[in-house]
Amino acid sequence: MDRQVPHFREELEALQGRLLEMGGLAEERVRAALYGLVTRDPAVINKVLSGDEPINQLHIEVDNRCFRLLALHQPMATDLRAIVAAVKINTDLERVGDLAVNIAEAAKRYIGHAPVKQLIDIPQMGDIAQAMLRDSLDAFVRRDTELAHKVLSEDDRLDSLKTQVFRDLLTHMLRNQSTVEPSLDLILISRHLERIGDHATNIAEDVIFMVSALDVRHHLAGSS
Amino acid sequence: MSTASRSLAGLGDLAAARKTSDGPDAPCKIEVESMNFYYGLTRALQDISIRIKPNVVTAFIGPSGCGKSTFLRTLNRMNDIIPGTRVEGRILIDSVDIYKSGMDVVQLRRRVGMVFQKSNPFPKSIFDNVAYGLRLNVIVKSKAELNERVEQSLTQAALWNEVKDRLHESALALSGGQQQRLCIARALAVRPDILLMDEPASALDPIATQRIEELVYDLKKTYTIAIVTHNMQQAARVSDHTAFFWLGRLVEYDRTEKIFTAPAEKLTEDYVTGRFG
Repeated sequence: MDRQVPHFREELEALQGRLLEMGGLAEERVRAALYGLVTRDPAVINKVLSGDEPINQLHIEVDNRCFRLLALHQPMATDLRAIVAAVKINTDLERVGDLAVNIAEAAKRYIGHAPVKQLIDIPQMGDIAQAMLRDSLDAFVRRDTELAHKVLSEDDRLDSLKTQVFRDLLTHMLRNQSTVEPSLDLILISRHLERIGDHATNIAEDVIFMVSALDVRHHLAGSS
Repeated sequence: MSTASRSLAGLGDLAAARKTSDGPDAPCKIEVESMNFYYGLTRALQDISIRIKPNVVTAFIGPSGCGKSTFLRTLNRMNDIIPGTRVEGRILIDSVDIYKSGMDVVQLRRRVGMVFQKSNPFPKSIFDNVAYGLRLNVIVKSKAELNERVEQSLTQAALWNEVKDRLHESALALSGGQQQRLCIARALAVRPDILLMDEPASALDPIATQRIEELVYDLKKTYTIAIVTHNMQQAARVSDHTAFFWLGRLVEYDRTEKIFTAPAEKLTEDYVTGRFG
């Protein structure tokens, strides 16, 4: 006989659903902030700046759901790891939401100046970061460690692009002093995108821990 | 192989081995090797092997009928009193086979004390309950020594302060939790070095349960403790190692933290997450 009361399973599924909703919102906000940057559209940027509330609400709700599940059901083993992972993923997604705001702030300043250059690497970084985020959440839902490992390997590409963006903009700043301010905003945006990749990496690591109980953070190969 | 009747020899071996079992590099306190246990023709435990170090708390968990209580009772041969039971394999305590021919079972049970699910104080005074084993075995030489040992045992069982002014009142007047701690004091009075506990808190309220769990934590400094529990949170709270039994087999035995966060066996995972049982 199954000792687990049915509502525990339902609550776990609802928790997972809320995290996915949050992930979708975070990804959409990053996409919108970059779209506003590339199209130089202040309306789109302003919408990102004023729209952080739903993610913040979900952040609190997911935390409360996790607390309730831990307190009322005292889960063990894979269920315990799933809830601990959910607590951490929740924090990562909320931070991604904040980073979307940071990108929008820098974009708003950037479009107040003449364009420094055609934006190629930053939109590419945005695509990679969003894909990493999406894959890490898919890996969470499907308990897919292979996909989680793929997310981890993508992080290096993002880091290289960030370095490339910096070098490229440094050249512009040395050549023309008037580009310093907008260039610094682009560098900041690349830094924010790289941080989003780091959060997706954290989520992927949590998925690996949740599924296989292996702690791969900081290149640890040992088990928990 | 064991039968219900055992001789009283073998006492010297056990005492001598005990002296060498202390210290950080101590050998195992309890070693069970390929043990099978039968109730008549029914094999209730199958091929159990486990090594338990001194001064650790080991929890035995598993669904009803999995053999965990039977296994606990093999460790001080309490099953001997059930007709038709039989043990194969070896159980060593301090490297001495407790099922070998000539083992003194009375002496063994002094060394390996037991506390049961339902507290079972004798219908005597609090003092006499604790003194019972000491008098029966003529362990103490004087009244003063008896008094001292009773106080020590009650103090170790975290009961002294609650009963010191009414030692000669009936033990049956104590609360359930106090009666259980009295039974622990009674077991400790004869100075065992292993304590077996068979669901010692299952009939107690949460506060009395907490007292027993704190006591287990304190007692492990001095004793090696094996505890059977159906309460997995309790196993997680009090034990250092956990053994999961299923259908008479030992499925997994590891650090408690490992068993409850990342068990190696699917069966263990399913049991601790409540997917069966």
